[in-house]
Amino acid sequence: MKKNTALYVGCGLLLFIVFCAIFAPLISPHDPYVQDLTNRTVPPFWYEKGSWVHPLGTDQLGRDYLSRLIYGARISLLIGLSVAVISGLIGTTMGMLAGYFGGRIDMIVSFMVTTRLSLPVILVALATVALVGGSLWVVIMVLGLLKWDRFAVVMRSATQQVRSMEYVSAAQSAGASTLRIMLTEVLPNVLPHLIVIATLEAASAILLEAALSFLGLGVQPPLPSWGLMISEAKSYMFFSFWLIAIPGTALALLIFSINLAGDGLHQLLTPGERA
Amino acid sequence: MLAYITKRLGLAVLVALTVSILAFMLLYLSGDPALAIAGEGARQVDIDMVRKTYGFDQPIIVQFGNWLLKVVQGDLGQSIYFKTEVGTLIFTKLQTTMLLAVYSLAFALIISVPLGVLAAIYKNSWIDRLCLGVAVVGQAMPNFFFALILIMLFSITWRMLPVSGSGTWQHFVMPSIALGYYAAPAFMRLIRAGMIEVLSADYIRTARAKGLPTSSVVFKHALRNAIVPVVALAAVQLGFLLGGSVVIETIFALDGLGYLAYQSIIQKDFPVTQVIVLLLSVIYILLTLASDVANAWLDPRIRVA
Repeated sequence: MKKNTALYVGCGLLLFIVFCAIFAPLISPHDPYVQDLTNRTVPPFWYEKGSWVHPLGTDQLGRDYLSRLIYGARISLLIGLSVAVISGLIGTTMGMLAGYFGGRIDMIVSFMVTTRLSLPVILVALATVALVGGSLWVVIMVLGLLKWDRFAVVMRSATQQVRSMEYVSAAQSAGASTLRIMLTEVLPNVLPHLIVIATLEAASAILLEAALSFLGLGVQPPLPSWGLMISEAKSYMFFSFWLIAIPGTALALLIFSINLAGDGLHQLLTPGERA
Repeated sequence: MLAYITKRLGLAVLVALTVSILAFMLLYLSGDPALAIAGEGARQVDIDMVRKTYGFDQPIIVQFGNWLLKVVQGDLGQSIYFKTEVGTLIFTKLQTTMLLAVYSLAFALIISVPLGVLAAIYKNSWIDRLCLGVAVVGQAMPNFFFALILIMLFSITWRMLPVSGSGTWQHFVMPSIALGYYAAPAFMRLIRAGMIEVLSADYIRTARAKGLPTSSVVFKHALRNAIVPVVALAAVQLGFLLGGSVVIETIFALDGLGYLAYQSIIQKDFPVTQVIVLLLSVIYILLTLASDVANAWLDPRIRVA
């Protein structure tokens, strides 16, 4: 079997989306916020009425859809990255402490993970955004503070494995401090697992943001969040389904590429663990 | 076994208590809950009235104590927006959501068991890759986007199913597919991995060697053993499906707990939101408790750990 097709395809697609997001001002044909009420819901170029002035058409307010799509990639990637970093920091700290020290600390961390898992994420996030007010940063903070559970679980068991290794005992007998052992001996050895979980969590955070924005309790207009674009196009779905299909496909492709890259990295970084 | 159950039960109660504190504290995230409920630019008189109605003028410990005491006694409070008892409001909706969750789970299993088994039997063939493809698409597709595609196809183009509502069984078809499809990949991977492991076991070789037909080996001997971890996952997934019902029920205006939760959040009817958060958490806690106890009963090794 060809070995890392998944990694190449996933990373390639992901890099393309990242490229679009970074150079959005250069490659967007129009300003994503400028409305043109005389040119509303112009269909994409492959329709008879479409034109190359607006390759993916315009939305219900006459804004260029391709430009909004490109700028929307920025929001999704920002959400995925920030949430993975915040929840990764929290979860990794908790998991490594629990795995390294065991005993009472392990019990407390496990209890916190169990409690967190029993809370319905979407519901808690929706309620929080409704109370605090919706904005990009609120969504990032809420998801970051909610999604550390998988980091904690995986880092805990990975640390438990590494902890019994000889090089850890060697560092201990050489008189290294606990903090030093954690950072220089344990962390580099659990890093492969961390990276894989981070990709999965980034993908899941992007999906959650899209769902929150879709329900109107996430990123607020006029920001071109893909979930929000789908939500705004809902009342036009009968005649202009492409208004929903385009951002929806973009979302699915982004998640697909991240998952594929994650799977590929999993095979590359932790060989022989699972087929 | 009894010691294990007692310990596990104690943990469940402790988690439930913590969750109830969190559900209660949810309101305080905004700083001043009275201000958040009254809305920005509300008059001071209105804010004071909200504060009094909700009891925000009392110390927070007293508020929590009163709330928990009532909830445990079965008095879930009054809905501000619907102007009825939260208990009666939730009870009818819970049935709808339970039905949806069970149908979704059934749909997830109906597609994931055969695909998982096929993928395992024809490991690394094009069938395996096709099944993997279905799983990967399922994981990448946002469920609300998938739900809208279903509406476009089944309701608008083919006019087979109603767009929204919850009167008949037809109303449950699209929500169950949209919700269940999302849960299927996890089952499929688990069944595939389990089947691959089981199929290489000695007793399968024995079964094959004594000349049993392949179908009998696969379904009677292998699947029966590979399905055990699926039961545990099903309990957990059922909990997630209940949580995920918020998005799907809202899209299809299916009159269940998720839609009610969404409405209560939009209307700032927080007594209802709190109770639903608590209820869904407690259901999840009970499901995992049941699954853990069942696993311990099936596998004595777990009891000792």
